[in-house]
Amino acid sequence: MISAPASPAAAHEAALSINSLTVSLPKGMERGHAVRDISFDLIPGQILCIIGESGSGKSVTANAIMGLLPASIRVTSGAIRVGATDIMSIERSELRDMRGRIVSMIFQDPLSALNPLMTVGAQIVEVMTSHGVGTPSERRARAIELLTEVGLPEPSVMFNQYPFRLSGGQRQRVMIAMALALEPSVLIADEPTTALDVTTQAQILKLIRDIQRRKNMSVMFITHDFGVVAEIADSVVVMEKGSIVEQGGAEQVLKNPSHPYTKRLIASVPHMIGQDRTPLSASGAEPILRVQNLVKTYRSGSRLFGRERVVQAVNDVSFDLLPGRTLGVVGESGSGKSSLGRLLLKLMNSDSGKIIFEGQDIASMPEEKFRALRPKLQMIFQDPFASLNPRSTIGHILTVGPCAHGVPYEKAKADAQALLKQVGLDAGAFGRYPHEFSGGQRQRVGIARALMFKPKLLVADESVSALDVSIQAQILKLLEQIQRDTGVSMVFITHDLRVASQICDEIAVMQKGKIVERGPPSRIFLNPQSAYTRELVAAIPGEKPGV
Amino acid sequence: MNAISATAIASGRSRWWRSRATQRFMRHRLALIGILLITVLALACAFGPYLLPYNPLQIDIRARFSPPFTGNHYLGTDPLGRDLAARLLEAGRISLLVGLFAMILSTFIGAVIGVVAGYRGGWLGNALMRFVDAFLAFPSIFLVLAMAALLQPSPVMITVIIALTSWMEVSRIVEAEVRSLREREFVLAGRMLGLSGTHIMFREILPNAVGPIIVAATLTVARAILTESYISFLGYGIQPPLPSWGNMLNGAQQYLESAPWLAIVPGVAITMAVTSFNFIGDGLRDALDVRNDHH
Repeated sequence: MISAPASPAAAHEAALSINSLTVSLPKGMERGHAVRDISFDLIPGQILCIIGESGSGKSVTANAIMGLLPASIRVTSGAIRVGATDIMSIERSELRDMRGRIVSMIFQDPLSALNPLMTVGAQIVEVMTSHGVGTPSERRARAIELLTEVGLPEPSVMFNQYPFRLSGGQRQRVMIAMALALEPSVLIADEPTTALDVTTQAQILKLIRDIQRRKNMSVMFITHDFGVVAEIADSVVVMEKGSIVEQGGAEQVLKNPSHPYTKRLIASVPHMIGQDRTPLSASGAEPILRVQNLVKTYRSGSRLFGRERVVQAVNDVSFDLLPGRTLGVVGESGSGKSSLGRLLLKLMNSDSGKIIFEGQDIASMPEEKFRALRPKLQMIFQDPFASLNPRSTIGHILTVGPCAHGVPYEKAKADAQALLKQVGLDAGAFGRYPHEFSGGQRQRVGIARALMFKPKLLVADESVSALDVSIQAQILKLLEQIQRDTGVSMVFITHDLRVASQICDEIAVMQKGKIVERGPPSRIFLNPQSAYTRELVAAIPGEKPGV
Repeated sequence: MNAISATAIASGRSRWWRSRATQRFMRHRLALIGILLITVLALACAFGPYLLPYNPLQIDIRARFSPPFTGNHYLGTDPLGRDLAARLLEAGRISLLVGLFAMILSTFIGAVIGVVAGYRGGWLGNALMRFVDAFLAFPSIFLVLAMAALLQPSPVMITVIIALTSWMEVSRIVEAEVRSLREREFVLAGRMLGLSGTHIMFREILPNAVGPIIVAATLTVARAILTESYISFLGYGIQPPLPSWGNMLNGAQQYLESAPWLAIVPGVAITMAVTSFNFIGDGLRDALDVRNDHH
């Protein structure tokens, strides 16, 4: 444990000062405290990043400062000082008055943090009204000024918009405008860019940085991404399981981490590799998968009333995949990458185009005939919580597929137990239920399920996106190992170029349903051809291509 | 603490009594009272008749209209001098069994239609749900009475008739639940593995909809008992001399002033059974509501 560096003099100056804060959890949780004996200072005019994996207690810390902890979780000891005020000792009404005025917060999910039934403008005005600031016309003018300040187009039109009409990035800008309404001296940002696309994330980070400089605000920024830390932090606090393991200047922590946990975390952050992977199979082989002019169009609304909306999810996509190779499909949300993955496995039917798998066009094949081929094409899903049936044992989840294809249960069971070992779980997992496992372990079960049939093609749809970086690194290693052992071909779908560069032989960048660029990772990163790829590469937090 | 949710009932196995759903249920006082009352009632109906000194059909003209607590007639006697306690328990067997089996049958019909409509969707789903709507739009009391008048009103027939008019709610609940479950990745995974539609519907999805089904089923029992009572009360249901709570009320109405216990005793029994099942249903609804858990 690192002791707090705060000398009494420094504590006096700090915009926000946490002193041996302990927050306990109700009985029966996996540990007795959410955070234990943590101390740090937020120096005025700086950005302090609090970084940690899920369950490290970083959000609880933020909520404790705002006085927003749920009733079952309480601060048991320590002091939280904002400026010269000890917020543990003041009345609820004083605390409420302080929120927004002195300390303000932005949240991870701007859609659920905004009221869907109120216009954007009304919500900003409401902040000022509830603190009794200004006259109605002043408030309106101020709201429009704020919308301009956070870079929203046509602020006076935006004022009357409802949140659902805005994109994720625009909503986050509205949240920031709300947080800034009363000119707080401290801004707490709880993973404000986690739900956003990488290019939008870059814009929001820049916005927060700019506003912080312009107003000389103090920002406490919570994140799980070292890339983001490298991008904006002045100083860093690293948390693990409710304790601070390391804190210091951003440069020092990033370049010279002293605690083993920090070292491990930094080591597992995926980086863009400027060089290509040595292919695990010889080139020149016949492609296992050949996709030609694949098209999928979504239609919603009604054609009858002329309000039909047509979205080209996958638009004229073609590529080849050699046996034992990995193709990365990279794109932002709505780029059609997940639709592409589902089309390849015929979990959705394509409108036109061909998917030639081992010489047969499966795109036009009826489901009854394709069922016999299904074992050869398998998928690893995104969400380790939703992709396993909560009511089935791991054993059932693994054996149900093979049994449906006529494999005797005893053999399927033996296979499953062997596979569980191969993916790094013990055979005892066979009789247990998904909820008894962590996210990373569940994802291993998902991988084992996909391998039960010894498939020829694996489609991994954002399979590591929901995982903490250290777990992510382990799963990537596991996939790499599996490919080496079985020679399976993979289509690896992700929004994260850094991850794609770790595991792919070739990368296809998708935008609005089209593949805009395809090539080996080295070329995509070092010498991107299309404007969109350039933008995407530049937006990756904490990376300078080629370094 | 992620996803214990409603799964705890099935998945906790040896530890189900420690699951959060069970704990939430145990905190629901009224539901516990409901369980207690139903257990007492069911045990009394099952074993009571063997312990009582009288046969429910045994007529004793000399003892007719005895008020409660005369001699061994704990609840008094009816106009033919039959022991009311014995008749009440015998009637309880029939009423509770009719309620129980009507629930099983209607839940089965409702679940099958709901799962198919929810999973298949499209024109089939629409057609099935409009069929459900048509059944709901039909005034079921007339349907019940018409069917009861046309068919031979035996307990089995009554059960079937009640089930046929009460399955719609279950199918609507199941359909809505399945429609949201259908989008979950594990269903997609089932298709990826090449499982058949029937397998996915009934083996993968349905177990996940068990929570709302149980709640609906409990409330259906309550309603089935009530329905049986009123069609028997109207004379179209269980026929004397076979007793049921409803036809006991029917027999009691002309003696309301002279022998009020004839109406009060079966009335209390019906109220007890129905409210208990409703309380249990409320408790289960609160306990199994997944939204109470944080994912």
